[in-house]
Amino acid sequence: MDDYFAELGELFERFNVVGAFWTNIQLTFWAALIALALGTVLALMRISPIASLRFAGTAYVNVIRNTPLTVIIIFMVLVVWTLFAVTLAPGFNDNFFRLAVIGLAIYHAAFVCEAIRSGVNTVPVGQAEAARAIGLPFLAAARLVILPQAFRGSIAPLGNTLIALLKNSTVAAAGSVSWETASTMRLMIEFRPDHLYLIFFIFALGYVVLVIPIGVVTTWLSDRLAVKR
Amino acid sequence: MDHEAITDEPVASSAPRPTSGTATTDRATGEPLVELEGVNKHFGALHVLKDINLTVRKGEVLVVIGPSGSGKSTLCRAINRLETIDTGTIAIDGQKLPEEGRALARLRADVGMVFQSFNLFAHKTVLDNVTLGPRKARGTPKKAAADQARALLDRVGVANQANKMPAQLSGGQQQRVAIARALAMQPKVMLFDEPTSALDPEMVNEVLDAMVALAREGMTMIVVTHEMGFARKAADRVVFMADGQIVEEAPPEEFFTAPKSDRARDFLSKILPH
Repeated sequence: MDDYFAELGELFERFNVVGAFWTNIQLTFWAALIALALGTVLALMRISPIASLRFAGTAYVNVIRNTPLTVIIIFMVLVVWTLFAVTLAPGFNDNFFRLAVIGLAIYHAAFVCEAIRSGVNTVPVGQAEAARAIGLPFLAAARLVILPQAFRGSIAPLGNTLIALLKNSTVAAAGSVSWETASTMRLMIEFRPDHLYLIFFIFALGYVVLVIPIGVVTTWLSDRLAVKR
Repeated sequence: MDHEAITDEPVASSAPRPTSGTATTDRATGEPLVELEGVNKHFGALHVLKDINLTVRKGEVLVVIGPSGSGKSTLCRAINRLETIDTGTIAIDGQKLPEEGRALARLRADVGMVFQSFNLFAHKTVLDNVTLGPRKARGTPKKAAADQARALLDRVGVANQANKMPAQLSGGQQQRVAIARALAMQPKVMLFDEPTSALDPEMVNEVLDAMVALAREGMTMIVVTHEMGFARKAADRVVFMADGQIVEEAPPEEFFTAPKSDRARDFLSKILPH
């Protein structure tokens, strides 16, 4: 048993497992923030009274949601960075990190949009009518009446999107973020194939530890913040 | 249309409206405030509003009555463009209803609306429900909006509920808050779309009392309702709708005691004798 822990300690010493998880948490954090903002704008477009905005929002969701995330991440590196020479940070690693964040955000914004829209559907139509009837223009009605209630109704699907985002952040490996978990795991298996099961277990457990609280917190929040009608 | 007859309050009327003497509350000669001309609306193949012509004067209280599906709710909702219309014009205070955007929002701010299902903002306190419109649509300072809201809540008898959430209130209380919320915008006209239909019977009167008080203060009101008592007590004129058309209009006593059309007689015979 002591041997086992010694081996485990050696693995953690030789490979930056904690740093790899920290990278995915950071990727997830920034991508989630941007995706939430972008997804909210998209949801607003999709419920707006202006037909062209509705069309643009729908088109975005349908195109992006149906594109594999790997394609988007590779697109960020090979097209946005290589071809169009868009650099987001001076350092190589920082640049790849930010490109990956943007790619993850673009992709998950489509799901955030749909999660919020499902929340909008939990808001009775009379709420919007009452907001319009007291003279609030669309954006004010959305900001003050519809979205505050819609967000509360979309906490659970937003939580699911966040969980998917956390796990999908490993796709950043395709965008040269080579120090994140999936890449680190592959590297570890390559150098220590004798610990194959242990290595798998470390990463599986790591994600379980990260994901379970998200589920618990979002379920708790969605009960607690539910709008009483 | 004979508006002159309206001022002759029937002797039988239990509560004659006080005549305040100012021109704006004189129902016979008030300026036209809400004007509908040749209004048509279809829901798919269903022709819900058929060539509606209707003028409501300043200070007038109009009750719209009729069987379900007669188009009376649609008519009420069309007046602040919660329903669009196919043809015809609707004007409020001489201004045609704008299609969309800020101009429409401004006009809606002048038209108070009370819904059948109250539609209080479920995530906001009673006080915030009443202050939201003045603060965000009119730019009233927070303090002034809150003072006005408390006064209005007091007026409809729910001042002690100001800090509760709508779901904690009874239906009757919620509807009175909804009336206060609409009044907070100092509207030119108030629309009531079956305000008591979703209420338990014992709560109907508290809402009707608030509405009668409002009518006595000279508010211009368009009320879609089945409450005959309210119509008799507060209305200047009753409009009877059936199948999307205005079939008959008359002062309340005249309409309820001697309806002219078969359709109205038939309707009244079904709802009166209980």
